[in-house]
Amino acid sequence: MPLWWPLLLASLLFGIGVYGVLVRRNAVLVLMGVELMLNAVNINLVAFDTHFRDVLHGGQTFALFVIVIAAAEIGLALAIVLMVFRTHGHIDVDRLRSLADRDDPAELSGRSDPIGAAHPDKSGEGVR
Amino acid sequence: MSVIEVLFLLLSLIAVGSALLVVTTRNMIHAALWLVVTLGSIAGIFLLLAAEFVAWVQVLIYVGAVVVLLLFALMLTKAPTGPQPDLNVARVVPAALVGLLVTGLLGTTVVAGFSGVRIDLDNAVVGSAETTGATIFEKWVLPFEVLSVLLLAALVGAIVLSRGRGESR
Repeated sequence: MPLWWPLLLASLLFGIGVYGVLVRRNAVLVLMGVELMLNAVNINLVAFDTHFRDVLHGGQTFALFVIVIAAAEIGLALAIVLMVFRTHGHIDVDRLRSLADRDDPAELSGRSDPIGAAHPDKSGEGVR
Repeated sequence: MSVIEVLFLLLSLIAVGSALLVVTTRNMIHAALWLVVTLGSIAGIFLLLAAEFVAWVQVLIYVGAVVVLLLFALMLTKAPTGPQPDLNVARVVPAALVGLLVTGLLGTTVVAGFSGVRIDLDNAVVGSAETTGATIFEKWVLPFEVLSVLLLAALVGAIVLSRGRGESR
């Protein structure tokens, strides 16, 4: 098998993952794009491991490590997504602008409490 | 063209096609299910590339755990099950352009750099559980242990994050 076949497949999957991360608005769908990119990298690692016949099996071992790191990443990311959903009521990455860089600081004065503003029913929670 | 090459081309077609569906489908649950197809065909590609253990770990961790986690997240964030018109941002064309540029840049680089090279799969060392286990626990013990600490930290972090904001319970 020509070596560039798996490498080209990895490039295609990586590009599709980049497109998914850029184009999706739902945070969970963005994470799916990240998973595609991580898998593309794994294909590269495994292909070069087989090609070089590495005695240390560095490629395959590193692919396993990448899988473990991806599992840790997805666990943490989903915890963050669920917390964002609890505080904002949505996980639309387009509308999560609390940390946006604004030129006019006066713009911020109206929304000093973005969490309470997004959830009026929970605004009494801070008083308790 | 050998059997392995034909199988590889078929699995690549499935992987790329279902990956495209993951990023374009209008239904969130379908996106997660197409991701299963993509990850499964990538596991098949790992098998063809003589990485047996990595392929099974891919099936166990990705198809078994990560996709289930993603489905749980979709469920807990009250994702609608029907087709959604507003899943994508308004600027689809620039995003597609960036994706195409990344693919073109990486693709031309690897094709130009490795066009004459062939993988000799007949004499490849199969990365079976025995080989991989021996390699990890003989040569890569320290990274392995560091990784287990990282997993523990991620676990504790995820629990702390999902417990909520410090209210005493």
